[in-house]
Amino acid sequence: MPEVAAASGVGSLAWLLVALPALGGLVLLVGGRRTDRWGHLLGCATIIGAFVVGVMLFAQAFGLPADARVSELSVYNWIPVQALQVDFGLRLDPLSLTFVLLITGVGGLIHIYSIGYMRDDPGRRRFFGQLNLFVAAMLTLVLADNFVVLYLGWEGVGLASYLLIGWYSGRPSAATAAKKAFLMNRVGDVGLALAIFLIWSELGTVQFTEVFARIGQVSAPVLVAITVLLLLGACGKSGQFPLQSWLPDAMEGPTPVSALIHAATMVTAGVYLIARCAPIYNLTETGRLVVAGIGAITLLIGAIVGCAYDDIKKVLAYSTVSQIGYMFLAVGLGPFGYALGIFHLLTHGFFKATLFLGAGSVMHAMHDEVDMRRFGGLRKAMPITFVTFTAGYLAIIGFPFLSGYFSKDAIIVAAFEQSGWQGVTFGGIALLGVGLTAFYMTRLMIMTFFGEPRWQQLRTPDGNEYHPHESPAVMTIPMIVLALGSVGAGYLLVTNDALFGWLEPSVGELEVSAAGLVAHSTVSILTVLVAALGVLLAYLLVARRPVPVERPQQVSFPVRAARADLFANSINEALVARPGTWLARALVYLDNKGVDGLVNGIAALLGGASGRLRRVQTGFVRSYALTMLGGSILVVAALLAVRFI
Amino acid sequence: MNLLLLSLLVLPFVGALAVAPLRNSAVAARRVALLFALAELALAVVTWFSYSVATAATQRFQLEFDVTWIPSFGTRFSLGVDGIALVLIALTAVIVPVVMGFSWEEKLPEGRSVAGFFALLLGTQSLLVGVFAATDVFLFYVFFEAMLVPMYFMIGRFGGPKRQYAAVKFFLYSLLGGLIMLAAVIGLYVASADRLPAGTFRWADLQAIAGQIPESTQILLFLGFFLAFAIKAPLVPFHTWLPDAAAEAPVGAGVLLVGVLDKVGIFGFLRYCLPLFPAASKTLAPLVLTLAVIGILYGALLAVMQTDMKRFVAYTSIAHFGFIALGVFAFSTQAQSGAALYMVNHGITTGMLFLVVGMLIARGNSRLVTDYGGVAKIAPVLAGTFLLAGLASLALPGTNSFVSEFLVLIGSFPREPVFTTLATIGIIFAALYVLWIYQRTMTGPLRGDGVLGGVAGVGGGAGPGTATAPSIVAERVRTRFKDLSGREIAVLTPLIVLILVLGFYPAPVLDVIDPSVVSTMNEVGLTDPVGGIR
Repeated sequence: MPEVAAASGVGSLAWLLVALPALGGLVLLVGGRRTDRWGHLLGCATIIGAFVVGVMLFAQAFGLPADARVSELSVYNWIPVQALQVDFGLRLDPLSLTFVLLITGVGGLIHIYSIGYMRDDPGRRRFFGQLNLFVAAMLTLVLADNFVVLYLGWEGVGLASYLLIGWYSGRPSAATAAKKAFLMNRVGDVGLALAIFLIWSELGTVQFTEVFARIGQVSAPVLVAITVLLLLGACGKSGQFPLQSWLPDAMEGPTPVSALIHAATMVTAGVYLIARCAPIYNLTETGRLVVAGIGAITLLIGAIVGCAYDDIKKVLAYSTVSQIGYMFLAVGLGPFGYALGIFHLLTHGFFKATLFLGAGSVMHAMHDEVDMRRFGGLRKAMPITFVTFTAGYLAIIGFPFLSGYFSKDAIIVAAFEQSGWQGVTFGGIALLGVGLTAFYMTRLMIMTFFGEPRWQQLRTPDGNEYHPHESPAVMTIPMIVLALGSVGAGYLLVTNDALFGWLEPSVGELEVSAAGLVAHSTVSILTVLVAALGVLLAYLLVARRPVPVERPQQVSFPVRAARADLFANSINEALVARPGTWLARALVYLDNKGVDGLVNGIAALLGGASGRLRRVQTGFVRSYALTMLGGSILVVAALLAVRFI
Repeated sequence: MNLLLLSLLVLPFVGALAVAPLRNSAVAARRVALLFALAELALAVVTWFSYSVATAATQRFQLEFDVTWIPSFGTRFSLGVDGIALVLIALTAVIVPVVMGFSWEEKLPEGRSVAGFFALLLGTQSLLVGVFAATDVFLFYVFFEAMLVPMYFMIGRFGGPKRQYAAVKFFLYSLLGGLIMLAAVIGLYVASADRLPAGTFRWADLQAIAGQIPESTQILLFLGFFLAFAIKAPLVPFHTWLPDAAAEAPVGAGVLLVGVLDKVGIFGFLRYCLPLFPAASKTLAPLVLTLAVIGILYGALLAVMQTDMKRFVAYTSIAHFGFIALGVFAFSTQAQSGAALYMVNHGITTGMLFLVVGMLIARGNSRLVTDYGGVAKIAPVLAGTFLLAGLASLALPGTNSFVSEFLVLIGSFPREPVFTTLATIGIIFAALYVLWIYQRTMTGPLRGDGVLGGVAGVGGGAGPGTATAPSIVAERVRTRFKDLSGREIAVLTPLIVLILVLGFYPAPVLDVIDPSVVSTMNEVGLTDPVGGIR
């Protein structure tokens, strides 16, 4: 662990990172309609301001030697009680600064895009307020220098996510999805909270530096408990098995929200948490194995279900679930895996944001239609969207030398290098995932941009013809920038081990050279071949015959299972929701008939009480109360008399 | 001899006497009452700054006032505050003017005057100051019992349709607890007479001999006090009076009842049960913790299922009181500071939730959840404040309740990991009850009699053939179902500010609480399981 210095220079301005978007959010949410005219501009300005501060901090840290790049800034003493002293403290290190740039950079672009996307929404100002609130909370999460401030950001992003999923709150499905997201996140939060309590109980501190310095004192079973509880928190936030089913429903929110919160940043917070807690996970192989296992399961679930949906955003959502599964797999693989997970997180941030913004652009052009069966041939009507989307598509399926190729291959190679059964299993699953990813993404491309323009024969819900058109520049420019990132980010980050060297003070040394991992010829070639197979299969099954506008109902069991999210919701319903409802109903009955019934029953038995009730109802309330008070005073007097006479 | 506390006690009482005769002029009654409440608030601010945190480490009570009262059995009229009492007096001083602002234009039952209601509010406030400031056990008991009377009248005379049933139930429950406590108070006096030259009710003297009382006696006396406080708090299974009382009470009285009056129970645990019966407190802690955790889960699950919004608030409070009791009996400075802070925070957040529910009910003339839907569309500010109060109720970080709930849980965990783990699961239910009621009342399309009732073309007798365009319905509803007025926003603003300020900067309150919690821990004879006490 490198020494931790107090933040100095630009570092002492780090609080602005949180304060700027928070202030923007506050002004827009409290200011009300007065701020309608310029609200979106303020929203964008605060994020761009935070991005500038982030770049300055990055430049300062980059100029320092590697072991001097970690510093802390205590803003003020938040919760002080005796031995527990929780500072509102920020930790500036390569890991947090990487996230700062991702959040404010991608966040800034998506803010700008939203100016166009939300132009016709009367609540646009409020939207920007909530988006600012999200950025402030997300920056708090990644900048925290202790677990409690991290938890503040953690639930803060949950709130922003809740508000924005429920943006179209007039739609019952949106309100339900928002509530579901918050609740499933809270299940995870219980895990995170208990992990914090356990750490405090064992080590008497919640400060990252101190926890990581002393974590070696903790016994092995407790260590495993801490890692599993942290993982539960991570699973809730990142939509990992068994808490994955909220994320696809979260697509009820406006598309920029899906891009920023439910693809590029918030849902990767679980990966961040595990990478941040690397010193804890380093000590327990069991803990890491659980993480890798969860990642492997989830990447398969996401990829399988992604093949079955016709809703363009839900396909992308399951794709996100699956890609975050890759990141979990990576960070669970061992000390060198953290950097690989973060690497994939960054490239994913670029290409998934590109894909979502592209999907939003398509929806913008198609009267908010999301059913791909009603699309087709859109490449001619929307050339810029098509090109940027294709860049994202090629990046995610791992087309050689695009960003996904570098980051995903490294994970697959690392998985195969595990010893024993784990290497074969994790490597095999990761490879299978590549094929499935290529399949569902190609299917999406074909159904949306190629083939017959099926929308020509269809009408919008309010009876008009579809007139797809390219989106305005305020939307396409952010898409182009992100597409460039999808193409080049992988190469730039991997050259000379740029990212891995930079992250080293935070997550430890990468034993192998990343370039070495990628150049691993056998696996690389195998991966490209599997991806090609997925593309080919999709071409044969989707492109070579017309796509029916109505969804076919006579389908095989695997397709039905995938369409039903592999029964995740039914399982939740049967195991949690229904028994819970029964229990609650039983308790209501108990409370009315049992507890209160007993009380009333005793009262009736005593007779006096019921008599009193009758007399009270004749209108002598006041006199009776006074009588009772008088009675009680008499009792007091009598009792005292017994003692003193 | 410091007169501040005496003034705090007397001022609202004088106010009550001044307001009560003004039954023919509602305007004058309101203004005079508010004037007194604001003067009391100013006095509370003065008191806050007169209290010295530095000397609190060595001096148990400050601002003491002490005169002979009934010399024949050694009871004195003595007042004094520690940090916990001080923050609760401050809370009362904030809540009362807010309640008055809310009740400013409230429709009262036929034949009831504003003057009567506001006078009772001030009277309750005066007695609450007495309860928190008394440092003589007998004096405390007198205030504790007397407090029932104005609250009884507020529920029984100004409340809803079943007000008399609720009021009598409230009264009988409390009276039962109070009588048992009285027996214990007398027992305590007897025990002191055996160990001191003369029997006494003076808290400090009783605390000094607490260690000498044998544990079996302590347990009996503890139970006497505990039962009264457990009813007042209330803990499950002594809680069934609260939903009735809270539902039938006028909203203003309900806020005072749930927000402040119930705190007397927990305050009693901290001030009386723990320091006076340390051995019994430790022995019986598992029992109390069991009730506390049951309360957290039971209260929350019942809150989920409530169809009456006022009863809903009452059940959420029962869950919250479980957290507070957990913090008190988990014996660490973090947990107890959290519990004490929770009392203040709960008064603010639940007070706000209750007020917003009251504002909703005032518009829809119904307490039923099913009579509302889609309110966010026509009254976004009302919906926003409802959500904020709800989020504070589920202890979202950034709101005041998070700090206290977090302190309770992290402070309880080292000594009581099992109870704390179960309690932590309660935070899922808290999210469920808040978000579900929000979803049902505030989101979706406009629906329910409370929202649509009386609007031509919808609801009522309108058949399927007479459907009106949704935008026209919304417009009609909007003219009838108005968003919050300026006065209502002004009433909620201080609470909103407190929720956020105490969420991010609780230190001023924690600093005041801390020395008193340390004293309490010393009186119980325990130190912190993690890190010790400085």
